[in-house]
Amino acid sequence: MSSDHKHGDPLPETVLRVKALESLLVEKGLVQTEALDALIDRYETKVGPQNGAKVIARAWTDPGFKERLLKDGSAAIAEFGFSGAQGEELVAVENTDAIHNVVVCTLCSCYPWPVLGLPPVWYKSAPYRARVVREPRAVLAEFGLDLPKEREVRVWDSTAETRYLVIPKRPEGTEKMSAEELEALVSRDSMIGVTEALSPADLKEEA
Amino acid sequence: MDGVHDMGGMHGMGPVTQEEKEPVFHGDWEKRIFAINNAISALGVRNIDESRHARERMNPGKYLSSSYYEIWLDGLVRVLSEKGLISEAELEGVVAPKPVSTPRPALKAEDVDAVMDKGATYVTAEGKAPSFRIGQEVRARNIHPAGHTRLPRYARGHKGVIVADYGPHVFPDASAHGKDAPQHLYNVKFASTELWGRDGTEGDFIYIDLWDDHLEAL
Repeated sequence: MSSDHKHGDPLPETVLRVKALESLLVEKGLVQTEALDALIDRYETKVGPQNGAKVIARAWTDPGFKERLLKDGSAAIAEFGFSGAQGEELVAVENTDAIHNVVVCTLCSCYPWPVLGLPPVWYKSAPYRARVVREPRAVLAEFGLDLPKEREVRVWDSTAETRYLVIPKRPEGTEKMSAEELEALVSRDSMIGVTEALSPADLKEEA
Repeated sequence: MDGVHDMGGMHGMGPVTQEEKEPVFHGDWEKRIFAINNAISALGVRNIDESRHARERMNPGKYLSSSYYEIWLDGLVRVLSEKGLISEAELEGVVAPKPVSTPRPALKAEDVDAVMDKGATYVTAEGKAPSFRIGQEVRARNIHPAGHTRLPRYARGHKGVIVADYGPHVFPDASAHGKDAPQHLYNVKFASTELWGRDGTEGDFIYIDLWDDHLEAL
């Protein structure tokens, strides 16, 4: 990737072109400024990985819910009021001692919006899309996750409208924690599958 | 199309670079293009497959050196221009905006949550009878259509096993070109060593969602 203008430093013509496009579409009556503001607010403040963390913490503490989540992901997240665009056909995949799941979209940027919000830049980047299907273990190691050889890696390439959500392993030493307390351990990256969930010790370090 | 967007397995892209405490958006222009793209969906002027195919047709050199929202901007202008809703001359302000009509009205702020919570439907009531069943060994076809396809290059010609049948769905390869060919969507499991030979990893697997027309029986 040759360009270094990608992170908050766009080309001036890009900024101008977006402004020109918005003005033109508003003038033609195709978009309304207030609707754009509402869309931005929705994905900045209401829909994000905090939603997925609630789902996973519930799955860790309620076996009946986990069963429903694995059977029909979209129906299960709807119990929390999470639904819609880019999550119409949600499939949950569970990490165990024997299996590690990781999700990608090699063709574009498909990502389960209702539970994770919008994808981070690295998820949509060429290095991740190119490499994680061919050398997932090397990519995971760059995220600090070294998997033992005997643990099977399953990479899910989101080529359809199916959206995959990883249920990370519940960390050890969390048996006495409530679902609400567990939510803080469920990171975005653990639900993509590039890391494990945080441990209670990780959380203390962060604080 | 065998474009640069079809990146699975490519070499030379470098390490995956993470950003600490990454914000949802980097700057206002990203917010606006994200929102415009979603608001346009409410008009019913283009489907998701036309939208993706418009992005894939970005100049390949530019695609590789652009951020993802720059790719969205390029694709949105392309598809809206092709649909006759905007023109480059209008964008540059050298001609007055021409009035246009759309199947549905512009999205209103008060409807945003309801519309986004509802989403879309890609499952179809009907479709051609399934050619494959769960547990069956199949091969991803060695096809190279010049148009849109959701069959990634890295899977073509390789053997896998059907692990799920998601039922009849819109077929993006047709839908991106204004055609309708509803058919079963499957999840297909490929061994890493089948896809990448000795450079793959024994015991690891790649799962890909593929449609009936992407597959052939062995």
